[in-house]
Amino acid sequence: MRYLIVGGSVLTGVGIDQVDVEIVDGAVTRLEAGLNPEGHHVVDAAGSWVGPGFFDLHTHLREPGQEWKEDIASGMAAAIAGGYTSVVAMPNTDPVIDAGHLARQITRTQPIRVIPSGAISLAQQGRQLAHLDDLWAAGVRLFTDDGHTVADAGLLRRAMEYIAQLGGLVAQHAEDPGLCRDGHMHEGSVSSRLGITGLPSAGEEVIVARDLKLVELTGCRYHIQHASTAGTVELIRSAKRAGLPVTAEVTPHHLMLDHREVESMDPVYKMYPPLRTPDDVAALKDALRDGTIDAVGTDHAPHAAFEKDVTFEEAPRGVVGLETAASIVHSSVGLDQAAFFDRMSIAPAGVVGEVGAPLAVGSADVVVFDPTAEWVYERPRSKSANSPWLGQTIQGRVEAVFTSAGMVSVLEEGVS
Amino acid sequence: MRDLLSVDDLDRAAIDDLLDLGDDFVEVLGRDVPKVPALRGKTVGLMFYEPSTRTRLSFDRAAKALSADVLTFTPGGSSVSKGESLKDTALTLKAMGPHLMVVRHKATGAPWRVRDWTGLPVVNAGDGAHQHPTQALLDLLTLRRHFGKIDGLRVAIVGDIRHSRVARSLAGSLQTMGATVILVAPSTLLPIDVRSWEVGSASGIDEVLSEVDVVYLLRIQTERGGGEVFPSVAEYVSRFGLTRRRADQLPDDTVVMHPGPMNRGVEIDPQVADGPRALVTDQVSNGIAVRMAVLFRLLTSEVPE
Repeated sequence: MRYLIVGGSVLTGVGIDQVDVEIVDGAVTRLEAGLNPEGHHVVDAAGSWVGPGFFDLHTHLREPGQEWKEDIASGMAAAIAGGYTSVVAMPNTDPVIDAGHLARQITRTQPIRVIPSGAISLAQQGRQLAHLDDLWAAGVRLFTDDGHTVADAGLLRRAMEYIAQLGGLVAQHAEDPGLCRDGHMHEGSVSSRLGITGLPSAGEEVIVARDLKLVELTGCRYHIQHASTAGTVELIRSAKRAGLPVTAEVTPHHLMLDHREVESMDPVYKMYPPLRTPDDVAALKDALRDGTIDAVGTDHAPHAAFEKDVTFEEAPRGVVGLETAASIVHSSVGLDQAAFFDRMSIAPAGVVGEVGAPLAVGSADVVVFDPTAEWVYERPRSKSANSPWLGQTIQGRVEAVFTSAGMVSVLEEGVS
Repeated sequence: MRDLLSVDDLDRAAIDDLLDLGDDFVEVLGRDVPKVPALRGKTVGLMFYEPSTRTRLSFDRAAKALSADVLTFTPGGSSVSKGESLKDTALTLKAMGPHLMVVRHKATGAPWRVRDWTGLPVVNAGDGAHQHPTQALLDLLTLRRHFGKIDGLRVAIVGDIRHSRVARSLAGSLQTMGATVILVAPSTLLPIDVRSWEVGSASGIDEVLSEVDVVYLLRIQTERGGGEVFPSVAEYVSRFGLTRRRADQLPDDTVVMHPGPMNRGVEIDPQVADGPRALVTDQVSNGIAVRMAVLFRLLTSEVPE
């Protein structure tokens, strides 16, 4: 099948270029203006941005063990709908991905790339190291106990030493268990009025600050998952200034929403880290703009409707994000095309040691994103719909996706 | 008014109306036959997910004094112990035909969820550490009956404010009615971000004794005194307990209130609890009247006989 993306503004190695993109059998074959459309399926990309497919550092696929929330197939369908051509699968499945054979199970040939991450500790219990060599041999590069924090600094130090020698990186879900115990939302004026126990910003920051000292000690590459506070941003900024091998991600929801949403007591707004203050949101946006925060990570966390149809405190934590991430990031932060693709595609690939690059002949994963089109987010491809934006009109729409596996998804009205 | 979920939904006029009606029902409860047929044919569902003696009995008594039927659900030995969700329980109870639901639950927001799931009018009988509006109304009724007004009163709320729905409801509604509120507690029991409450606060009970009309004591969960949030019960009593010596220093007209259950000898001296300043039993009896007022307002649009 031959496709021709015409009229778009294309991110290439020389910058933003008005060229046509020919894709044959899942790979870019020509990047030139005025290509003859004859014999091609033409994708009209007028007004759209064309660039490398999005790369998610933080997806919960729930398989194995919690397939009523999501499975690999539905998670990938959601990813494609959102323009993602690669996702890093989090290891907090049941069983936890703490050994190589478990990681291999989710890397079977897929229409998009599913890159497993591995647990730092066995069963994410925070006591003994997981089978790190074995995970490495199965292709794991990013190690995390995501959903939990590696609270024991001694254990984390040993993990960092070991993983640094392998060449991988340690990613931390930063939440001090003592400071955050029984917490359900950001600790502040809203939690105070609602009488809900909070997670203070310091609960995230003390872990990040401590871990940065361990990075100094061990030299291990370190990635901060879902940074959520202005204080964390400052810690990342000074660590980078000091030359430490540190990267960070932010979720779309932390860029758009703040803790005042929880006044509704609607469990859809429950996630960890929690929605913080408007000042934190502003700091996160600035940090994504200036590159202090390298990448967007969705923290796509599906939960079935019945699980969220309880009280706020009893609800499980998390929101889905793959299908709306590009729209929410673009409409909340307003990056230019080059920066947008950097934070959504290129930088996140680099975090896990993949090569992320602008489009070139031979490129495989391509997304067409219309930054101004409005659409209603309904009928999610994910099995779960726990999103604050469900049923709402949002701006910025993925028009077409082409993957290396030859998978193509094109919105009907975009095809001629 | 369709529901009573939070005192934040009540303006001064709405509170005055409920207190006026409460006064009428105090009179009804004092009659030889303390019962009116106002809600005959109506059924009130009581969903009490937390242990409660006085609030549940008070709602039960209030409904029956208005001639309503009562459908009571408590989780002990029920299908909740078999894993039934709050939503399914609420829908099951709704199918039995109540006209209104009274909900108490350990989680903030549970009464709002029950309202959304069932479409019934809901009275919040206490959700988590969030709201307990009928407790606030009974306290306001007690104050108004005692002082003749609420506007201008100076009220010290003393104790575990951080974890107290009573404090949240009372502080908010006292402010609506023009009273001045001072929160008194160790910092570990004051609300997070106490400035956002826009009330005064003090770090010891002695600072406020001479200047308040009301000392409102909250129950101290003594298990928190094992070093969890304060070092010991003895330390708490020495700085925040209403001891007999302190009670003797209070201005003559100052009253003492407590929502119960009391820890005698901890937040309140045993004799002070029974002394002439204490309005504790008035609070309990006014509780029935004010809950009658709430049920009446939500289930009728008429004026009582």
